Formats: sequence, C-alpha cells, structure tokens
Amino acid sequence: MAETRYIKAVNQALKDAMRDDPTVFLIGEDIGAAGGSFKATRDLLDLYGPERVYDAPIAEAAITGIAVGAALTGMKPVAEIMFMDFITLSMDMLVNQAAKARSMFGGQGSVPMVLRTPHGGGLNAGPQHSQCLEAWLAHVPGLKVVVPSNPADAYSLLRAAIDDPDPVIVVENKALYAMKGEMPDTPERIEIGKARIARPGRDATVVAYGAAVGMAEAAAEVMAAEGVEVEVIDLRSVQPWDEACVLESLSRTHNLVVVHEAVEAFGVGAEIAARMADIGFDELDGPIVRVGAPFAPSPFGKTLEEAYRPNADRIVAALRRTLA
Amino acid sequence: MTPKERAELYRRMLTIRRAEERLQKLFADGLVPGFLHLSIGQEAVPVGVSSALTEADTVSSNHRGHGHTLAKGVDLTGFFAEILGKATGLCRGRGGSMHVADLSKGMLGANGIVAAGLPITTGSALAHRMQGKGNIAVVYFGDGALAEGLVHECLNIAKLWSLPILFVCENNGWSEFSPTERQLATSLDRLGKAYGITYREVDGNVVEEVARAAGKLVAGMRKAPAPAILECRTTRVRGHFEGDRQDYRDSDEIAALDARDPIRLCAEALMAAGLDDAALAAIAAEVEAKIEAATEAALAAPLPEAGDILADVYTRAEV
Repeated sequence: MAETRYIKAVNQALKDAMRDDPTVFLIGEDIGAAGGSFKATRDLLDLYGPERVYDAPIAEAAITGIAVGAALTGMKPVAEIMFMDFITLSMDMLVNQAAKARSMFGGQGSVPMVLRTPHGGGLNAGPQHSQCLEAWLAHVPGLKVVVPSNPADAYSLLRAAIDDPDPVIVVENKALYAMKGEMPDTPERIEIGKARIARPGRDATVVAYGAAVGMAEAAAEVMAAEGVEVEVIDLRSVQPWDEACVLESLSRTHNLVVVHEAVEAFGVGAEIAARMADIGFDELDGPIVRVGAPFAPSPFGKTLEEAYRPNADRIVAALRRTLA
Repeated sequence: MTPKERAELYRRMLTIRRAEERLQKLFADGLVPGFLHLSIGQEAVPVGVSSALTEADTVSSNHRGHGHTLAKGVDLTGFFAEILGKATGLCRGRGGSMHVADLSKGMLGANGIVAAGLPITTGSALAHRMQGKGNIAVVYFGDGALAEGLVHECLNIAKLWSLPILFVCENNGWSEFSPTERQLATSLDRLGKAYGITYREVDGNVVEEVARAAGKLVAGMRKAPAPAILECRTTRVRGHFEGDRQDYRDSDEIAALDARDPIRLCAEALMAAGLDDAALAAIAAEVEAKIEAATEAALAAPLPEAGDILADVYTRAEV
C-alpha cells in the first residue's frame, strides 16, 4: 500500500499497460514532450519513444478517428482529449464510427480503443472547459463510459478500459487530479459495470460517480451525526451501470438520491431515477431526488461556479426531502 | 501489362458493373431496403487501385462503395445478401449498402458519413507503420468530400507522420446534387502541393492508367512509408442515389458519358490487342453466371431474427 495521487495513478496505469501489451499506444495533444496538459502522460515519451506516444496536432476529430482506424487494424490506442468539452469535435468518430462498427459489421471485429478525457469544474475554467458531457456518450449504444472517483479506481478502471475489446470513454475529473489516496500493492481488477459500496448505511441510498462520490460521503457524515445512516454507492461505470446493486441497496434503505456534477436535466440521474421508479417502485418510501448542476452553462466566476456545482449541503437537503 | 492481366481487370470491372446493374433492378423491384448509391461509370478506379494491393492492405470507402468492396475481393454472395438485408450478409444484415465491410479482407467498411473514412484510414495506416510489415492503407472518397474539414486534418497528419496511406479521390464532378466547382474554392492538386504530398492525376476511366499510377505509388510507400494522392477523373452515370431523377444535370452531359465508359474503353483496348468478340462474350457469360448465382442465393437467404437486435452491440455480454 502506497500513497499516490489520482493523476499519478492514471500515469501508472498507462505505463503498466504499455509495458504489458506492445499494441497499446498513446495519441493526443501535447501528451509527449509536454507530458499532457495535466501531466497524465509525463515521462511516457522518454520511456516508450515516439513510435508509441504520438504528439498529435490540434485536431480532435482526426485523433479520435485515427484511434478507430488503428483499433480496427490490430492496435489498442489510448487517445487523450484535453478537455471533455472538446469531444464535441470528436462526436462523429465516437458516435457513428467507434460505437457502431461492431454491431454494424455483424460482429466481425471490435474497436478496442480508449478515450481519456477530463470533465468537471472547480478550476474556474469557464463554460468551454468545465462541462460534464458523459450522459451524451452513455446514450449511445456501443460505447462504455467509466468515471473513477479516487486514485485506486483511476488506475484499475483505466486498466480495465484498455483491456476491454470495445470502445471505452474514461472520464477523469480535473478537480480530483491532485487527490491523494492509497494504491494497493496489487491493484484491484475492476469489472466495468460493477458499482462499489463506498459507505454502507441502512436509512437512505445516495448513488454518485466521479467527484460527486466525495460530496456524497461528506453529506453522509453530516447525516450520521443526526443518527441517519446513509449508504453511498460509487457507480464507477455509468454505461453500463450497476442496476442490480442500486436496486439491492434501495430494497434495504427505501430512499434514493442520485448525484452528479453534470446538469441535472436529461442526465445519468434521470435514467437511474426512471429505472428505480419502475423496477424499484414497491421499495420506495419517498421521492427519488436528483442533485446536479442547474440548467445553465457552467459559469466562470468563483461565486457562480461554487453555486453551480453540487455539494454536500445540497445532498443533505435532498436526503431530508426524500426522508421527510 | 500482359493481355491476360488486362483481361482480368476487365473481368473485375464487369463484375462490379453487372452486380450494380442487378442491384439497380432489384431496387426497382422493391427488393432492396433503404438507400442505394451506384458507382456505375467509376469501376476502373477501385479495380485499378486494387491491382496494387494485397489482402493485408486495408481500404475504407464511402457511401458509393460497392466497387471498392468487390474489388477488395469480398464474397459476392455475402455482398448481395448484405445489401438485401439478409442474415447471411457480410454484416449479418445490419449494415446494408452504406456499411458493407469484410475485416478479413482488409475492407474496413463503406461509410454513410462523408469524409469519415479519411481519419479511420489514417489510423489504419499508422497501425501499418507501427507493425512494420510493409502493408498500406487506401481511402476512397469523392470530390464532394474535399469540402469537409477532416480532409485537412488527415492530409496534415499523414504528411507529418509519413504514413503509408493512398488518398484516392474519385472526382466525378458532383457533390451529391451540386457541381463541385460551386462547392470547392481550391483543387486537390493544390491541396497536395500545400501539404507537400505526392500527387498524381489520371483518367480514372482508363483502368490501365489507374493501375499503373497506383502500382507505382503503392510500391514506393511500401519501401518508405509516406502518403500519396491519386486523383481519378471519372464519371457518375447514375444519380446521387437510385430514385434521383437528376433533373439538375444537363442531358448532353449525361449523353456524353457513354463515350468515356470505362468498360467500353477497356474492351476496345482488349480488342485492339487481339481479343475477339467471342473471348469478351465468354468473360461476360462467366461474370453474369456468378452474379446470378449470388443473387439467387441472397434472395433465398433468411432475414435476420428480430431477437438478434442486441447481439454484437458489445463484445462481452452485459453485466
């Protein structure tokens, strides 16, 4: 067990995957000589050379399409899109090409590519460098989307994504990059689609992913002081998501709150709430309450951004509402 | 080129022509679901280019991709079955005309999105370069695709990284329903010059010219990976899709296309080299028999089971 940081865990996962499989290579903007905008790929150019670490021009659509074509030709590319906001430029390659190739070609092959990209606010990066757009991708059949909430998961989920035969989007959180955490000597092998109980509880369930997991844990602390035991589920993967785990928890706690940093409307939380309102209807003792960002572009200014992002207080308020 | 080699190119072109004519008829009879974009008049391009390729080389194509697909050597029955939406199709009836692929033959797929094949093929060329086996990648696209931003991104990266990719532009003068001269402020030769990429222009309706130019470019990039552009001046005889009445085209222009028919030009060259009518008729009979057998088998094949709708969305079953 050693302490590491989220960004270092990402770096270690890339380093280990490249060591274990010569077909793994990296492509992205400034990932080589500069080591990446957030230093996720630091030292990897020196370690593996320019034939495996490609400093790409600023051309997100081509970067993503090159990953698709290389994956169809026997390689395992890991592309970095510097900010999740920029995947707007990659969307045809993700949605019409990567996601559909296997099904559309009758299962002849697959697209074993990974696309890493950071989402989230907290850096006052403004409306075009802070968005959480994972629900768009989770809506597309053929894509998988994982969102690690801590350093150990950042390592294990990225390794699982690289091992996966299908396209996986690994959404990291900028505000978590400096987060410290324990890295087990033998990192966990995570199955994409399985959630983790981050904190057990019996009175209410909070489902979260990414940075919202920490906010949910903080809210659970507040409630615990009042004698309310809140269970926190870290989804880890939003596509596929662990419906069985959420339903099982709901059947014990009978109250459900879903939290994410992304805009609340039409988000991942809407899907979870809809499914639980259907298959978990008989278990519910209160309304399913969502906590997310308001329906506005993510603002730049400090006071505005603080008000925009979900936090423990808003999760506590949501819990009080469903428990009332 | 020996007479035998030339006759083989003729046979391959005629296979594409007769296959598309058969599809045209099946479409008119209401037996082809969805859209159908025919490449009648453009057969010399994929046949000429493919004469320089091995099975391990990869190609990707566009919405007008039947010729590219057949020229890469895919199974004729599987091809017909796919376009008819049958369970025995190359893609099990899930892709159709605009998405035929055969990864085992290096055919990475036709594509319904204009210019989408360029980055995919650029990535395939990168994989070839990393694998170091001397394989190359070919992307077919039309002049209409030149207005897409990805063309710029891919020419730039292919040159920067010395990728073994042949950009084959089938310039038929039409961007869907509009003349390309109204859509494009530049030309491909100028783009090639701008990026420092080797550029060749050929009469895309003379199969030997295409084959010779492609052969030279491909041999060069196998030895030393580098991109090249091959612009083939060709002719779109049919509309953008079947059912397009082409009211926007001048009837004189369409009437003049016959004189440039690549199959007719090849037949004339074969006759000039000594082949007689009987030899050409024998090739035609052989091609037609194969097309008919493939069509019959495809027509008789079952439709996909509705229960298969979730199959192959992912490689592993959902958790």
